[in-house]
Order: sequence, then C-alpha cells, then structure tokens
Amino acid sequence: MFQRSASRSTSRQRINHAPSRILARGFPWLTIMLGSVVPGWFLIASAPVMPPLGFLIYLGWRQLRPGLLPIWAGLPLGLFDDLFSGQPFGCAVLLWSVTAIVLEIVELRLPWRNFVTEWLMAMGLIVAYIFLCLAFANIAGASSPIRVIVPQVVISVLSYPLVGRVVAMFDRIRLAPIVLLR
Amino acid sequence: MAPPVNRRSSYSRRAQYTTFLSYTAGVLGAVVGLALVVISLVNPEFFSTLRGLADDATEPAAQVSAGGRDLGRDAWANLSGFFHSGSEHARVERELGEAKVRLVEAKAAMAENKRLKDLMGLSEQDGGAVTYARLTASTSASSRRYATLGAGRDRNVTSGMPVRSQMGLVGRVLEVGSSSARVLLVTDSESVVPVRRAADGVPAFAQGNGDGTLRIRLINLGINPLKKGDVLVTSGSGGLYRPGTPMAIVTDLIRDGAIARVLSNPSDTDYVMVEKSWAPPAPPPPANDGTVKKR
Repeated sequence: MFQRSASRSTSRQRINHAPSRILARGFPWLTIMLGSVVPGWFLIASAPVMPPLGFLIYLGWRQLRPGLLPIWAGLPLGLFDDLFSGQPFGCAVLLWSVTAIVLEIVELRLPWRNFVTEWLMAMGLIVAYIFLCLAFANIAGASSPIRVIVPQVVISVLSYPLVGRVVAMFDRIRLAPIVLLR
Repeated sequence: MAPPVNRRSSYSRRAQYTTFLSYTAGVLGAVVGLALVVISLVNPEFFSTLRGLADDATEPAAQVSAGGRDLGRDAWANLSGFFHSGSEHARVERELGEAKVRLVEAKAAMAENKRLKDLMGLSEQDGGAVTYARLTASTSASSRRYATLGAGRDRNVTSGMPVRSQMGLVGRVLEVGSSSARVLLVTDSESVVPVRRAADGVPAFAQGNGDGTLRIRLINLGINPLKKGDVLVTSGSGGLYRPGTPMAIVTDLIRDGAIARVLSNPSDTDYVMVEKSWAPPAPPPPANDGTVKKR
C-alpha cells in the first residue's frame, strides 16, 4: 500500500522535476506523423479500410489542447501525410489547414463543449475530409464510386473517441516530469 | 469545459499581431495546399521524386513491419490449421494425387508446344524475374490503391514492370525510388488490364473498382458469355502484361460484363515477383516476297 502510493507520487509529480520542453512541444507533431505513416504498414489493403489515422490524431490534439498546435500546423503535417497517403499531392495540406480554421471558428462561436458536441464536430469534419479526399482522387484520374468509402467513414467515426482517449494518454506522456531541475 | 483564457488576444499590440499572423499563416497554408493540388492534378509525376525519397527513408522500418505481418499471418494459419488438420490432410492428399497426373499431362503439352514452336520457327525469349521483393506498405486510408515495393533502382526495377505473386497478377510498377518503388495495384480504379477467359479466350478488360473487386468489361458486346466461376488470365494485348498470368475469378454477372475477385490477395503473399515488361513479338517478315514476283 505504502509502496504503491509512493510509486504513484514519483510517477505523477516529482519534486525537482519538470516536463521536457522538447517532448512537450514536439510530441504532438511526432504522434501525428507516425499516425500518417504506420497504418500503411499493417496490411496491403485492397480497399480503403483503415481510418485516416494521421488526420484523426491531428483532430484529437486540436480538440484536446486548442492552441497547442499553431493554425499553420496543417501545412508541414499535411505535406508529410501527402508523401505517404497516395492522394494527389497537396490534398492533405489544403484539407488539414481548412480543418484548423473551421475548428477555430466553431470554437469561438461555441465555447462550451462536452463529449457529444466534440464528437459531432469531429464527425462532420471526418466525413467531409474522407469525402473530399475521394473527390480529389477522382478528379486526379480515379473513378471510385462513393460506396467504396462508406466502411471507412463508419470505422473512422466510431473509432474517433478511442483515438481521443489515446491522444489524452499521449498528453500525459508529453507532460511527464522527466527533466531534473537544478 | 470552458475554453482556456489565454487564447484571446489582449490589449497588447504584440499579442494581437501574433494572433493575426498565425491566422494569416493558416490561410496561407490552405492556399499553398490548393496550389499543390492544382500542380499535382496537372502534372501527377511532379512530386514522384519527393514521394520516392520518403518511401526510401521509411523503407527499413516498413521491411521490419512487413516481416512482422508475415509472422502474424503464419501464426494464425498454424493455429487454425491445428483444428482441422485431419480433414485438410486427407483432402490435400487426394488433390495431390490428381495434381501429379495433371502435372505429367502439362509437361507433355509443354513439350509438344515447344516442338510445334520450333517447327514454326517461333522463338520466345523468357521474360523471367527481375527481382523478388516484399510489398512493404500500402495506402490503406486512401481510395487510391498503391503499394510500396521493397526494391527499387538498386535492383533494376523500372517503371512499367508487372508485379505478380505466385497466385496471380498484383499490379505494375509506377514510380521507382532508389530502394523502393510504388506499385499501382490492379484493384485501383485507374488500372486497366486486358484479359481473356482462360477456357476459350473471350477478350475483355479488367478495371479496378477501388473496393477490392474488378469490373470485367467485354470487348464484344452482345450476349454476355461469362459465367460465375470463370477464371480470367491476362491476354497480353497491347504489351506490358505477359499473357497467361492468372488474374481474377468471376463472382457476379452484370448486364455488360461481370464483377470479379482478384486471385492474388496482395496481403496474403510474402514475396512478389517483378517481371520484365512484356512486348508482343514482332510480326514475321513477309516470306518469299521476291520469289512470288519473279514467277
């Protein structure tokens, strides 16, 4: 009992220790970039089945910590996502930047928030994102029908609360006090 | 939860300018994105070098995870095989018996083919494999169907080469990096492969649907001769794909063709083979041209 409480106190708030500045600033960027790359490694998919994880994590960070990522974060992060996503290049840059602006405007109008409103907001953005991605891909030469993305939309919308949970866990890692103060 | 207080700009000029500039940068990001989209719509090849560099950089990690994927699949196969090994064994033995007979027949047919070709003076250079490599990654979140191949210019892969597994055609190489390449899978809606029915050679095109199936469009319109279960192989017309590569099996009939399932599920294959792009043999020179005129 004593040991457990002792260990908890060391893991949560240690005297003389502060969060690492690099980790606190850079960790969100790192997780989003990993979210863009890693899902492609899991399977050689013959249909769009994985949720756009980079976008979901990006959205999660934006909703959990507004202002932590600058509004222009969509430019570098989207550029990175475009390298791996297979969409026409620039699609993510455009859509992620617009997402940040839309989210900012909505949050100015609607300052109070809870689980349902955040999920509804994310739902709208995710559906619009996947649909517009399909539209861009189709303009670029593909001719996939809309029913192709329906499973992906459902999976993405349902998995978003889970992604939010994981982002909250990342947030605790981000702020873990690991640097010794002198 | 109320929004954090420090997001409002204060009376400080500096804070106001910072907020204004960050919004401007955000809008600028969107404008840059739009410009990039327009460039890539006009010229899709424009960013292929960048993509190649990125694929090369992540290739070692992707190779490791591809190995892990194989391991996981093997473990699952072992586990499920444990439960119906008896019946499976009996069935496989029976099939092996049949297959041995077929193999002898096929060998005889092949020998006869070779003899007939020698007789006609046709020479056929063997296409052969350029290299064997893993498919390391795919665009699993996009409606486009690209995969990344773990071999590039370092192993003589060039764009246009067909990629196949032991089960059938997988796709063709689109962009080549130094140690990785981008493959357009046959299920992508931009991929069109000329095919024919294996049994009697009814010609058709197989176009990807984007959802893992293929749409078979018949070349000769009229009564739809396809039936469920028909196997389609590549016909090689127009070059690129070697004729006779197994491709798809018909699952549903539609008015002017069929919906087919791809035979080689790319996530079920460890290694794929990159083949030389195939060119149809040149037509034979007109024989005895001079002699005919003399008479």
